[in-house]
Amino acid sequence: MNITRRKVLMLLPAAAVAWEYVLAGTPEAAPNYNRTQHWWAMLIDITKCIGCGNCVRACAEENHVPEGYFRTWVERYHVDDWPSENPIVDSPDGGKHGFPPNGESGGKNFFVPKMCNHCADSPCTQVCPVGATFMTPDGVVLIDQKYCLGCRYCVQACPYGCRYINPDKKVAEKCTLCYHRITKGLTTACCEACPTGARQLADLKNPNDPIHEFVRTHSVQVLKPHLATGAKVIYNGLDRSVR
Amino acid sequence: MKNLKDAEHLLRVAAVFLVAIALFAILRSHFVPRSFGEYGHYRGDAIGEIAALPVSFAGHGACESCHSDILEKKKAGKHAGVSCEACHGPLAKHADDPAGIVPTKLDTAVLCVKCHEANPAKPLWFPQVASQDHSAGLPCDTCHQPHSPVIDSGAKK
Amino acid sequence: MPVDGFMYPNEVELQWSVLIVLYPYLTGLVAGAFILASLERIFGVEAVKPTYRLALLTALAFLIVAPMPLQLHLGHPERSLEMYMTPHRTSAMAMFGFVYLWYLMAVLVLEIWLEYRSDIVRMAQSSTGWTRWIYRVLTLGSQNISQGALRVDERVGWVVTLIGIPSAFLLHGYVGFIFGSIKANPWWSSPLMPVVFLFSAMVSGIAAVLLIYMLTSRLRKQKPDMRCLDTVARYLLYTFIIDFTLEMLDLIHRIYEADESFRSLDFMLHTRLYVSQVIVQILLGTVTPIVLLAVPQVVKLPEAIRKRIYVVAGTLTLIGILAMRWNVVIGGQLFSKSFLGYTTYKMGIISREGLLIAIGLLILPLFILWLLVKLLPPWLETNSGVKV
Repeated sequence: MNITRRKVLMLLPAAAVAWEYVLAGTPEAAPNYNRTQHWWAMLIDITKCIGCGNCVRACAEENHVPEGYFRTWVERYHVDDWPSENPIVDSPDGGKHGFPPNGESGGKNFFVPKMCNHCADSPCTQVCPVGATFMTPDGVVLIDQKYCLGCRYCVQACPYGCRYINPDKKVAEKCTLCYHRITKGLTTACCEACPTGARQLADLKNPNDPIHEFVRTHSVQVLKPHLATGAKVIYNGLDRSVR
Repeated sequence: MKNLKDAEHLLRVAAVFLVAIALFAILRSHFVPRSFGEYGHYRGDAIGEIAALPVSFAGHGACESCHSDILEKKKAGKHAGVSCEACHGPLAKHADDPAGIVPTKLDTAVLCVKCHEANPAKPLWFPQVASQDHSAGLPCDTCHQPHSPVIDSGAKK
Repeated sequence: MPVDGFMYPNEVELQWSVLIVLYPYLTGLVAGAFILASLERIFGVEAVKPTYRLALLTALAFLIVAPMPLQLHLGHPERSLEMYMTPHRTSAMAMFGFVYLWYLMAVLVLEIWLEYRSDIVRMAQSSTGWTRWIYRVLTLGSQNISQGALRVDERVGWVVTLIGIPSAFLLHGYVGFIFGSIKANPWWSSPLMPVVFLFSAMVSGIAAVLLIYMLTSRLRKQKPDMRCLDTVARYLLYTFIIDFTLEMLDLIHRIYEADESFRSLDFMLHTRLYVSQVIVQILLGTVTPIVLLAVPQVVKLPEAIRKRIYVVAGTLTLIGILAMRWNVVIGGQLFSKSFLGYTTYKMGIISREGLLIAIGLLILPLFILWLLVKLLPPWLETNSGVKV
């Protein structure tokens, strides 16, 4: 077997295109990446999530996420008939090691993966006093860890609880939508690891991206829509009880 | 007529303020990073720095060129949508140095239940079993071939 | 288990500690003390003149200490200059850096300098040793304390105080806005927040100056001016009534509208926050002082009793306003943004953001005030008939 360099492999778009479960749209090779041609989002399909925790583990591996903190996590919901606005929710260690049986029988049960929503009108970038967190031209909210003061204002401003302070670096940290991967034509670590295709990276600026058809044919929603954050993580099958 | 001499001390205060503002301007030109403001109110270099971080998961495309035989089998079975690294873990290092870094063999006794252990919160269409009742502790690959897991008459490993 | 119910995994640990409780408390005392000082200067309330210089020095002492809890809290305090180098204009926190600087230099320091200039020049000529050098630097090289120059000082000082009032409002209103503009947190998010913060700041500042004036009088074995004390206490009462009204308005509004956050917050108020909010802040820290201060307004009481009332009311007020800051900052982080759970605040004792540091930061301004009073005495050491 020939030893082929990973760099060469990434210039084989054909192989990647065949993979519709995990990769949405046509990837582009790293040297040709043009930021203005992309507007990244994510599709999360609750009807497909099995709560295996693969995504949480893969993210922790790929991004060296410290123990006890989460760039992505999975919540388990148990909703009784009525009133469904008070679900019983748990997320043992963020769902990193799956979900042990919780003894809840009957009712409606499902998993909800959560992550940074890479909001188009992001409240976290609005409050950063120095410009250490920002949105890239291609729609990803990132943190400049060399510039961050660690004031924690952004953590307070995020309605979704997706930010934390890295205990060693003492700066803010969160999901980067695997920016270092998606700019090289790969998908995010969580999407790569998801066995059922519940998580799919989406490029809203790509007319061939499956998300356009999906949104046209399904009822989709974002988290906390009343806060008008412009969240770009689009959920299919989101129940009213989801917080 | 205002006696300017009596207001002279105010000019000294103004001078102190002006010197402070000038110092601030000099400090600013020295301390603000060069790439700041390139794309917006942030350090433009940060985008490149983050994009250059190392990758741990190689991605399915990397596996295909060497392991096409396994992938052929997988494509026809129920695990077609499951990427290699979803079970085998991050293997970018192996893809870079296939002979030097050999991934460890997976233990199906603990691996498969991570997805397939029965749980009321899992969607009904998803194949799940109560592992104790189903296999009583035997590793799953005793009967199932992980790359094409559905058992039919010839699929045993 | 520190968590009751469900919290988003990253929410369990509190982000802002007791130091961030101190910071609005200290800046509030500054704003309040300054407003009291401006009562005499701008509104001609002559009765409070004995506290004028003391109030200014108190404001300065607290303003100097105010950034310290922030620096101790930052993950990278060495980068804090970035707030001045590349301030993000949409961030209330960044803009506050400039409001602070403006207030410190262009209002407070300038006003103190103008007020004390004649004393500074005199002391530059009369003192000896290294203190002489301090005074000489402070004169900025000008020895002119003629009648004309002092009249200029008076005029300019008046303008500075006039600008200073909205500046003081801005200083503490901004802190309220830092919390009030966070739509993610329903305990904080409210247009009333800057106003509530401002009025509670004024209450704490006036109470602080009241107590410091009585304390310094006692230490100097001088009788405090009763007309001054009574007037300050009266203004404390008026401000308190407005503050209490605003806080009750917020509460009533929440109960009436009962939005999605209400049940979770209501539960928190009746459990984790019960002692600090209902008992300490509202009953002991607001209602009791208001009643105590109202009594001398309706019943004629002897001087000794009035002084005791002022001490008790003033102390309870200071405790109550500190509790208010605690309830806002810590309270706002005890409940989950999922409205399904609560966490606990584990305050360290000896850690960088712990209890001992907090106590130290509360005492430090008094020490600095002592130094300032030595450097710039608010009063002449005459046998009686104090010049203030």
